[in-house]
Amino acid sequence: MRVAFVSTHGRHGDVTPRRMTALRRTSYPRPVAATATDAQLVSRCRDGDTEAWNELVERFSRYVYAIAVQAFRLGPHDAEDVFQDVFARVYQHLERLRSDEAIRPWIAQLTRRRCIDSLRASGREGPAETDDLEVAELDETFARLDEAMAVRAGLDAVGEPCREILDRFFCRDESYRAIGEALDLPAGTIASRISRCLGKLRGELEGRS
Amino acid sequence: MTGYDIERIGELLRLLPPPPGEWVRAAQELPQARVEIDGIVARAEADAVFRARLVAHLESALEAEGYPATPSIVAALRLRLGTG
Repeated sequence: MRVAFVSTHGRHGDVTPRRMTALRRTSYPRPVAATATDAQLVSRCRDGDTEAWNELVERFSRYVYAIAVQAFRLGPHDAEDVFQDVFARVYQHLERLRSDEAIRPWIAQLTRRRCIDSLRASGREGPAETDDLEVAELDETFARLDEAMAVRAGLDAVGEPCREILDRFFCRDESYRAIGEALDLPAGTIASRISRCLGKLRGELEGRS
Repeated sequence: MTGYDIERIGELLRLLPPPPGEWVRAAQELPQARVEIDGIVARAEADAVFRARLVAHLESALEAEGYPATPSIVAALRLRLGTG
């Protein structure tokens, strides 16, 4: 049996009972210390705190992934190589970071370089650093991703259940039905919860500016 | 960010979908894999033949020696051996 659904932002699809069960069973990553600053996380990682390392990877994994896949349009295999290489470099060279607050631009730079290396190694034309237009497009993408990371930080600060509801809807592209199934909530209430949570997130972001 | 328009917030959230979970878990394993990685690097420094095999075919050389060729270990070793 397949259950049809239509979500309000124009996506159509269907969910089998097996997929619903799988969604329910999916362990949902939660920030260990949502309020820790980037600098605090880096400091704890240097002290050998493995929970902090887990959180650092969780916090920046989407950023690295987005740079590889959206900015440089790498395929899954190359993107995974870049992803693992970047975190291996971060882990090995964390001591070299001069300012703990600079972890994000450092990760961005590492990822950018590794993506360019990957494109060159595969013989594909990458965004040429000398091409003003392509560099401008890249810079624009990076600026949007930085802005998205700021919203993401706000989402972590808002906390549960809004964090999970908004993440499932916007980032994981799940339908109301799937979210309702996963969180054991009536599907008919998900739209209003999303709306309330967006308002809460907006308030959090305005409080930060 | 200025204005904090709800639609804009939604658009920005959509820009950061999660990568595959196994990628994240592999990167998170790095601290646990450190002892293994250090051991492999030490052996490569002491054994030129082993090092040559690693440099030539890292993943298959690891598997042949019974080491786990996980993505995070492979990435860390490429970095440490200077073959990345």
